[in-house]
This record gives sequence, structure tokens and C-alpha cells, in this order.
Amino acid sequence: MPNDKCEHLLDDLSFYLDGKASEAVCAEIERHLETCQDCRVVVDTLNKTILLYRDLPQPSLPDDVRSRLYQSLNLDEFVNRADS
Amino acid sequence: MIETEAELLTRLQTNDKVAWADFLDLHSPHVYALALRLMKSEADAEDVLQETFASAYKAINSFEGRSKLGTWLYRIAYNAAMMRLRRPDAETVSIEDTMMAEDGRLIPKQLFDWCCLPEKEFETDEVTDKLEQAVRDLPDKYKSVFILRELEGLSTRETAVALNLTEGAAKVRLHRARLHLREQLSPYFTDLAEQGGYNA
Repeated sequence: MPNDKCEHLLDDLSFYLDGKASEAVCAEIERHLETCQDCRVVVDTLNKTILLYRDLPQPSLPDDVRSRLYQSLNLDEFVNRADS
Repeated sequence: MIETEAELLTRLQTNDKVAWADFLDLHSPHVYALALRLMKSEADAEDVLQETFASAYKAINSFEGRSKLGTWLYRIAYNAAMMRLRRPDAETVSIEDTMMAEDGRLIPKQLFDWCCLPEKEFETDEVTDKLEQAVRDLPDKYKSVFILRELEGLSTRETAVALNLTEGAAKVRLHRARLHLREQLSPYFTDLAEQGGYNA
């Protein structure tokens, strides 16, 4: 990130990647990316990072943890209703 | 017929056991996922899960419906997690910010383009573990916003309400979280690319 321009644009990258930046900001970023390889790498790898997390599987709730939660609220009779 | 939140809330407030079972079915997996990512162990995550629903049970009659029930639960869970971590105000926790220049600016340092890696390299259990670990390693104030907004799919407004932030602060923290994660993950993916002979 060698200059002030790169740092200035960095603040807007999430808006840009989320499609929420204004047309003027998008144009400014895209002009800068044509000549700044470092920023191009940051944009591409930041975008890939976001996409990887969007595909990350949700941790599952283990059956025993779920059972103890229902028991803690005196709802034991409903623990297995999804299976029945 | 699909039940509205208001209808479910009415049933919860009259202590309808079926409603509470429905409520648990709907929200417990999400609360557990948040707790697991905030806490250091599965046991601690389970404690936060139970505490969250016990608190919700006690407080349901004072819930006025200004936010969604799910957002309210996330807020209870986040506060329970921070109390257990002895961080009642995550904002005050001092954590070394590896990207932060002395004047507070964020400066990316990892500048290798690892997007050249083939997709199959990103689809391993090891990568999943790296992604999860990188979230756990985030400073708390960024981690909570990232989990709710990006992993739990809340809107920026819902995230802000759950964490008692302004929407502007939630947006800034989400951006900083993403930059941190990119910075943390890049050395790992750079090694993979170099070992595999993939050139940027």
C-alpha cells in the first residue's frame, strides 16, 4: 500500500465489493485498479475471503447439547418430536 | 399457516410449552453457532446457550417486540458470552492490531494474489478449520459483527441492534473484520499456492 490514494480507497472497498458504493466511487476504484497491482491483489483476495466465508458450513448443534438445553427448560417431552 | 412473530411472542408470553419448543427449534442452532465462535470451548458455548434461553424465558414478558426475537436472543447471547469471557465491554479490550499503523490507519501487508489456487484447494476440512480459527482470533469487537452480519446473515441494522451499535459503526467493524481475516489467511493460502506451484 504505497501511497495515500491506496489508503483512501481502502476504506470504501467493502461498499465496492458489496455493490453499495456510489457510481463515482466505483469509477474511482476501477481507475485506480488499472494501474495499482497491490490494490488489485487486495481487492481480489478480499473478495475471495468474503466468498469463502459465505460458503462456510454452520457448526451443528450436537444432539446431546440440544437435549440438555430442552431439559434445562423442562421441555424434555419435545426433544425428540422432530424424529417422531 | 405460517405463524407471525407477534403470534409466537403471544404464545411464549403465556408460557405455552409448544411455543417454547418451537422457539428453541428455530433459534438454538444459531445461538449455539454464535456462542461456539465467541467462546474458547464447546462446554463454554453450551453454558452460553443455556444461559441465553434461561434469560429469555425470564425476560420474555418484558420483551416489547421492537426488534425481532432472533435479534433479541443474539443480544442476550453476546452479552452472556462477554460476561463469561470477563469482557463486559469488548470495546475496552486491548488487543494488538497487527494491521494498524501508529496513527491508527489500517494497512494491508499481505500482497500475494492467492486467488490463482484451484477451487478444490479451498474445499478441504483444513481450510474450513483455518477459516473458523481466523474468526476466533479476531478482536472481539470485529468478531461479533462479522459473525452476525456475514455468518448468521443478519442485516446491518439487525447486527447493530443486537450489539448496541450504530449502523455506521457496524459497517466500519465489518470492513475491518474482513481486512483482518484477509490478512490472517493470506500467509496460509500463499504457502499453498507456492507449494502447489501456482503462480499469481
